[in-house]
Amino acid sequence: MTAAHTLAVEGLTLGYGDRTVIESLDLLVPPGQVTAVIGANACGKSTLLRSMSRLLAPKKGHVLLDGKEVHRMPPKQLARTLGLLPQSPVAPEGITVADLVGRGRHPHQRLLARWNADDDAAVAAALDATETAGLAERSVDELSGGQRQRVWIAMALAQQTDLLLLDEPTTFLDVSHQVEVLDLLTDLNRSRGTTIVMVLHDLNLAGRYADHLVAMADGKILAAGTPADVLTEDTVRAVYGLENRVITDPASGKPLVLPLGRHHVLA
Amino acid sequence: MNVPSSPAADTAPDLETGSSTTIAAVVRGRRNRGVRLRTVVTVLALLILAVFALSVMAGRTFYPLGDVLRVVFGEDVPGASFAVGRLRLPRAALAVLAGASFGLAGVAFQTMLRNPLASPDIIGISSGAGAGAAFAIVGLGLGGASVSLFAITAGLAVALVVYALSYKAGVADTRLILVGIGIAAMLESVTAYILNQAPDWELQEAMRWLTGSLNGASWNQALPVLAALLICGPVLLSQARNLGATRLGDDTASALGVRVGRTRLVIIVAAVLLISFATAATGPIAFVAFLAGPIAARLVGPGPSLLVPAALVGALLVLVADFCGQYAFGTRFPVGVVTGVLGAPYLVYLIVRVNRAGASL
Repeated sequence: MTAAHTLAVEGLTLGYGDRTVIESLDLLVPPGQVTAVIGANACGKSTLLRSMSRLLAPKKGHVLLDGKEVHRMPPKQLARTLGLLPQSPVAPEGITVADLVGRGRHPHQRLLARWNADDDAAVAAALDATETAGLAERSVDELSGGQRQRVWIAMALAQQTDLLLLDEPTTFLDVSHQVEVLDLLTDLNRSRGTTIVMVLHDLNLAGRYADHLVAMADGKILAAGTPADVLTEDTVRAVYGLENRVITDPASGKPLVLPLGRHHVLA
Repeated sequence: MNVPSSPAADTAPDLETGSSTTIAAVVRGRRNRGVRLRTVVTVLALLILAVFALSVMAGRTFYPLGDVLRVVFGEDVPGASFAVGRLRLPRAALAVLAGASFGLAGVAFQTMLRNPLASPDIIGISSGAGAGAAFAIVGLGLGGASVSLFAITAGLAVALVVYALSYKAGVADTRLILVGIGIAAMLESVTAYILNQAPDWELQEAMRWLTGSLNGASWNQALPVLAALLICGPVLLSQARNLGATRLGDDTASALGVRVGRTRLVIIVAAVLLISFATAATGPIAFVAFLAGPIAARLVGPGPSLLVPAALVGALLVLVADFCGQYAFGTRFPVGVVTGVLGAPYLVYLIVRVNRAGASL
């Protein structure tokens, strides 16, 4: 367990070509906590995550890891501290689970160095943590969606970074697998102190599992803070343009958002 | 979480090291893959050695291994010194060198672009190098190193053009392949046009630039190919891990600390050089670059880098195809005719399969 790292975004402007997606955004990721980023489709959540992990260069502003500019750091050095699981990654045909998870060791391996015992231990730990050890020799394309997502998370775990960014890690999973993945990330946060930043679509799971919530709309942060601070009826309406009620979740004591559509709502 | 479930929900798994059974399984799996890789590489190397020896010994006159070895060590053996030393040895050596270059460059492209159709002989790079070489020899009457230079320039230019034409907010693999196939067809007709201008006596020689041939192979042709292989081979091998990571997609590879753009550039330049040097010597031997990678992938199984196995498969393919082309049929065929017969059905199969679903090696 190492000292917590600080990841901060200062005056960040991002875009593709002429299109600006995010404009002068500031964000401080609380070290050692689980942060969830929520917001409507195309509000810039994924773009922000990609830039925080060096995949997209800023047009203006900085992404700072421990005060150093992420886009100027040697990529392998950065990848030993900060991991990213992109949105719905695609495994090459025929790759086995063990091979895919082993790729997570890439940033720890020197040019000609051989695979060593640390690498084996890290891969085994990642397989155990995600309960995919029994699948190790299977081909990834034979697996179910839930298994596949756990395998990708295992790859990110084998990278053994103190910071882990995940872009919609629960998309395409049924509710039990969603909870399983979020429990796993919570374990990771609690036992290793890993700082986690994830984009989530399910507001109620975000409210339950995140220590810190960031609500985005149109490339800006509308609200940030504890779930109780952020998941208010006004904020949810501002972020999603959706009428709603917020009550206390009897299971967790956290806020629970009830969407109010035009139908099936008691007067 | 291999522990029996306990009522308390907070039995967090040990995330530092895995359980001893899992570590043992991981080590065992890795060893098994290593054993398979080493076995395949050894068997391929031995086969290459055997076919190499056979093609040096056999011919119009059969020379036993003893005679061949005496020639190799510089002794003067009547008859054998010329037939073996001047004809058969350089021919077999060029077959191995060119085959290895094609195999290596082919699998590098296929892996990098995550598509077996993205081989340099399908997307026009070999045709470009071939057209460049044909122009230098037939059109300008050049020989030696300047032919390689023309082939390389044309090969790199075609790579650049294909890349530029298929670039549209990032390179889409399918577009690159389709553009490449079109460019390849264009360049083949350019080669055919150049050859049409050739005097009759050069026609046999000119056939090389259409299908690829080892006829008239000499040490002067083999040496530049050897030099390119000795330089570009290690460069490609140094990228093996990066290449493996880019198979997971650009985003994942970048997140793992790979400089994707730089890796691409190094691989493209090294692979185009290999293809161009080999093509300048033998012509575009059909489908070797295209076939070597997929064959190697099936032999080695999932996991390890395919660079070395594909180089060996390429060398073996060219050696065997040339031997068959010379002796298996009534008339002598250039090596490219034989590899073409092998490769074309696989190309059809792949196109049918790719149309059904995305496919890779």
